[in-house]
Amino acid sequence: MPEVLDRPVALAGALVEVDERAVRRTLLDQVARLEGELASVFCATWPRTEMPHPTVAGRGGGPRLLSLAELEELRDELAARISDARSALSDRTWVEDQNRRLIEEMMLEPQRHKWRRVSAEDIGERGCKHWHVRPRFGLVGMLMNWWRVVISSGCPLAT
Amino acid sequence: MTELELDLEDGWVEPELAEEFPELSLVHARLDVRPTRSPPEVRHRLRMLADRYTGGKVVHMRQDPVPWAYRVFSRQVGIDPDHDRTPVEAVALRRLKQGGLHSENVVDDALTIAIAETGVPLIALDADRVDGELGLRLARAGERLDDMRPLSDRQLVVADSGRPVAVVLGEVSRDAGVTRETDRMALCALGVKGVPRISLEEALWSAAETLYTDASA
Repeated sequence: MPEVLDRPVALAGALVEVDERAVRRTLLDQVARLEGELASVFCATWPRTEMPHPTVAGRGGGPRLLSLAELEELRDELAARISDARSALSDRTWVEDQNRRLIEEMMLEPQRHKWRRVSAEDIGERGCKHWHVRPRFGLVGMLMNWWRVVISSGCPLAT
Repeated sequence: MTELELDLEDGWVEPELAEEFPELSLVHARLDVRPTRSPPEVRHRLRMLADRYTGGKVVHMRQDPVPWAYRVFSRQVGIDPDHDRTPVEAVALRRLKQGGLHSENVVDDALTIAIAETGVPLIALDADRVDGELGLRLARAGERLDDMRPLSDRQLVVADSGRPVAVVLGEVSRDAGVTRETDRMALCALGVKGVPRISLEEALWSAAETLYTDASA
């Protein structure tokens, strides 16, 4: 207890030495780690071409030694973009999961999903394949409530 | 066919730069070779190289260790690698946009092949227009590239003993670049954290072999 009670009080305005080299090293390491995360989020969005790409603008002035403030700003911006991109990807994959479930339901009970159409893009896959609930035998099927899921074979041939 | 010999040298790195990026390096080699039109073997090699690229591969390239290391370095020096592409990504993007890798001349083709195969950025300089040893340093206040293009304060440059000859991951000075009159070249490979020295050596050997393909033809 005595040592706690006798603890010297730091004077207001006392100078605290900051090891700028260590701070810069930490910031550079953080930027490297965040760049890796940004790359992995970007790759995870493939092949969803319609999603906005997470980008962080350059600092301007070509390749140069950034100031401490610029490094901090860059680190914060990278972290914010990654967070935005992750939440956008999470929202998108939730919708895709719902669409996959919808395809299963369409296959089980097509009559409950008349005319519903889901594309490969809706479930985060490449290609032009789609699942479409249509009446069996055309008008007769519509009148008799005979429905089925037609799965397209893919992209039409280029003409 | 004569056996290729390459004398690799380590360039100097300014202390302030070395302190910030301890693993930053510049390895260079001088070659007695003149720029010419690419021979058929080199053009064939470019075509074969172009066939290896797919959209998915290019997208995921940024996660491969060597391209990723240069992306990180670009970011750390204030460049957006999605805007100002690293050389290896620029080659890949050129392949996707043009539908192939078109031959330009043996120097550019040699650099393209070496960059695409190793991921290491390379530049070629006219060895006779470079004074003294090459190295990496920060641009000084008021310094210019080509005596025309002003450089930013503390910009990273490749320099000889007197002046900047190229911007790191950027353009080469016209005063020091390879021209039709060039008799000797200096090939330079930039090394950053995460890229082993052997990759730099491989890049230089690959480029030199392509350049000598022409010389021996």
